[in-house]
Amino acid sequence: MAHVISDLSKYVIAIFMAVYALECFLVLLRKEENEKSGIFIRQVICMFMVHFLGFAAICLETGDPSYIIFYGFQEILLFATIALFRVVYPEADRLLVNNMCMMLAISFVVLTRISYDKSIRQFGIVAVSLIIGLFVPGLIKRVALVPYLTWVYGALGVVALTVVFILGSVTNGSNISYTAGGITFQPSEFVKILFVFFIAGMMATATDFKQVFLSAVCAGLHVLILVLSRDLGSAVIFFVVYLGMIFIATHNYFYLFAGLIAGAGASVIGYRLFSHVRVRVTAWLDPWRNIDNAGYQVTQSLFAIGTGGWFGMGVYQGNPSSIPYVEKDSVFSAVAEEMGVLFAIFMILVCLSSFLVCMKLAARLEEAFYRYVAVGLGITYIFQVFLTIGGGTRLIPLTGVTLPLVSYGGSSVLSTILLFSTIQGLCGIRRQERDYYEDDAYDYEEEE
Amino acid sequence: MKKTGSKDNKKTKQVPQPLKVRKLEIILVSLFFTVLTFALIGNLVVYMKRDSQEAINNDYNPRQELLANQNIRGKILSSSGDVLARTRVEENGEEVREYPYENLFAHVVGYSTRGKTGIEDSENMNMIFSHDSLGNKIQNELSETKNFGDNIVTTLDVDLQKISYEALGVYSGAVIVSEPSTGKILAMVSKPDYDPNKIPEMWEDLLHDDESSILLNRATQGLYPPGSTFKIVTALEYYREHAGDVSGYKFSCNGKYTQDGNTIKCFHGTKHGAVNFKKSFAKSCNSSFANMGKDLDISSWQKTCDGLLFGRELKTQIPYKKSQMPLSEQDNLEEKLQTAIGQGHTLVTPLEMNMITCAIANQGKCMTPYVVDRIENAKGDVVKRYQPKEEAVMMTPEEASFLNEMMQSVVTEGTATKLLNDSYTAAGKTGSAEFSSSKDDSHAWFTGFAPAEDPKVCVTIIVESAGSGGEYAVPIAKRILDTCYLRSQMSNFEDNK
Repeated sequence: MAHVISDLSKYVIAIFMAVYALECFLVLLRKEENEKSGIFIRQVICMFMVHFLGFAAICLETGDPSYIIFYGFQEILLFATIALFRVVYPEADRLLVNNMCMMLAISFVVLTRISYDKSIRQFGIVAVSLIIGLFVPGLIKRVALVPYLTWVYGALGVVALTVVFILGSVTNGSNISYTAGGITFQPSEFVKILFVFFIAGMMATATDFKQVFLSAVCAGLHVLILVLSRDLGSAVIFFVVYLGMIFIATHNYFYLFAGLIAGAGASVIGYRLFSHVRVRVTAWLDPWRNIDNAGYQVTQSLFAIGTGGWFGMGVYQGNPSSIPYVEKDSVFSAVAEEMGVLFAIFMILVCLSSFLVCMKLAARLEEAFYRYVAVGLGITYIFQVFLTIGGGTRLIPLTGVTLPLVSYGGSSVLSTILLFSTIQGLCGIRRQERDYYEDDAYDYEEEE
Repeated sequence: MKKTGSKDNKKTKQVPQPLKVRKLEIILVSLFFTVLTFALIGNLVVYMKRDSQEAINNDYNPRQELLANQNIRGKILSSSGDVLARTRVEENGEEVREYPYENLFAHVVGYSTRGKTGIEDSENMNMIFSHDSLGNKIQNELSETKNFGDNIVTTLDVDLQKISYEALGVYSGAVIVSEPSTGKILAMVSKPDYDPNKIPEMWEDLLHDDESSILLNRATQGLYPPGSTFKIVTALEYYREHAGDVSGYKFSCNGKYTQDGNTIKCFHGTKHGAVNFKKSFAKSCNSSFANMGKDLDISSWQKTCDGLLFGRELKTQIPYKKSQMPLSEQDNLEEKLQTAIGQGHTLVTPLEMNMITCAIANQGKCMTPYVVDRIENAKGDVVKRYQPKEEAVMMTPEEASFLNEMMQSVVTEGTATKLLNDSYTAAGKTGSAEFSSSKDDSHAWFTGFAPAEDPKVCVTIIVESAGSGGEYAVPIAKRILDTCYLRSQMSNFEDNK
């Protein structure tokens, strides 16, 4: 009987996810605060239902009730996060808080299903990250120095990447992480945020050719170190974020096209120069012929998604562990396999709505630095989502990046929570700007 | 900074104006990434709709085992519901795959005990999925038994399969019976054959058998010289190069044809005398066809063969080999003349011959051959129904009706007069393909359809090392077509009742 119930739960879970995703876009269109409030509450209910049904299925399928305790802790953490943000930062974007918690809830379910041990470990990191994240918006708002440390961000980023490149290559041949005191860091995850701050600082100072050129050199340095460290995914993200930010800051189409051409040229050179780039492209073009080696990961990912079908195999009824790096790069395929392709599509839409929140915020922020930060972080987030899901579904070659907030990995989840918290800080900045005009009885709402 | 500027304004008691932020680029960038995200979703939907079924049916997919542990492999059924393959669960829970018709459906249904072949392979995933009703699933759950996997309903007809199988007798070879308007395969026989129930016992022997290639489905994977059946292609090419007018063609056959030292002989050296185009085709006059072939334009001929799907990937799910017509501009005259009469290096599968015949019978349109009609759950509700698909337009309706007329003359005045009867008009082409320069043996071919005015069935037959097509393949066709005719009469009778 348990099996039948958990079998049915996958349909219900898809419906709650669909409602949640739909509300994400409704809220983007609504202006009245009280209307929005209702939506946010419904979203929280949907989120808790998805989380609950996921764990109910885990308990039923394994017959092990001890998962309930773990579930309880997760529930408290999610609830505390939503409540604390509401209390401490009333100006915070509630959709973004909800989305962050929704992705974490999905992560809890899918990671627990893949590995209980890893999931417990990840839960600890998430809890610490959320506590840290709670301080970030305050820092952004209050530390006036934030927009003026441009070169500090740039230098820190390059140094961090270089250190890992050198130490990583000594220890592991081709690694992007660095172990200190038993904890493994993947600095490129944090450098992504620093990099956005750096470019924002550069562009806020001036947008002339000299400034664009200087930032291009520094961006190129980041990308080069990452390519040499074989972290292709991050390299591409840095490049795209740079282009997007420069385009928005300078309004100059020439830079955009020059950048695209340079990017295309660099890709070709990279393809010729590095065998690991060629391997990925070959595996992408014909994974079936390379199923034993290079194409193994993407074909296993496609099997998982295809076998699961629209509604999935049901939690604990698939075989996600057969996909290499399932808890990291391929976590999307695990979600699609067991919770269904429809669920996965709604999850993509939730990611999209988070991105649109960032861009909408950017369009309203007046101080250039913060506006560019919002743009940069938004692009960083959505493009990483695109890379990991596109790789797992063979739209593009695999690049080995994680699905933010869902994948296993401390650096990844901490840096994404920092990213979301920074955006919340920008919401605070936006409120300050608005208050400033409202003091002078300027009806700003008309402007919107 | 911009904001500092505003503050200066405030000191001078001016009302601060919010800065106009230029939004166009932000909107463009937002749009761009929104499009990217929808590309993700679109790609996923396309994969699910179009490719996933085929992709997941792969030995590398470990979920097959998982599903097999949850569900009992479904049955394979004939078009009228006879069981062609089923799984029996023994008392100790062991599952045994049974094939009640033993050798009869060996190649087309295949086996699933040592690797998988045939429908057992192509529909593997569908049989281990269960779309059983919720009630049944709950019942199974309570009684702790497995669910029944989905059943595969094929297009195969047990009676036609039996007739075809028996008619081929002790010979090696293949028979395909299909429906030209849909591409449905009604019967598919390949010999030598085996009993799929006994695969585990005979596996060792099969591994060491190189000669008889007993596991090969000759109907779709056997590559044979087409012999005179290829004259259909030559005739089509000649017709095209003469703008559809062959009325002026005349040739005098004295049993052989010599050109630049190359000699082509008619079968058994028969002298056909003065022949026109139709008679050349009906009597299968090699000399006359060599004469036609001499002046054919090779690149145009290649294009015609390409249009008939020689060397092309097919859309069918049935495993097949590609047929080949390797004649090129570099080849000498002998090769060209040999190709015109179906010898040379041309190789075809019976399936390819059947598809060309179907196109002629279906006004030029070739439908994709298929053996699976639908997937049903254990209760018999349809889970998925396969629709007939167009494979290619091989020729124009005029060309098809011209070839139809030519093929009718083969029955009325040519090499297949054994098919002449009062009940229905048959059409076809025989072939006697020499496959070895040292032996006089030839493979007997026949490919054709009936009734010629409104074709309902196409048959293609090859009998290995038997002799002439007219003598060995045509009688098999007659038995099959007679059965089809009788059955159509029966159903008309039933309808009128």
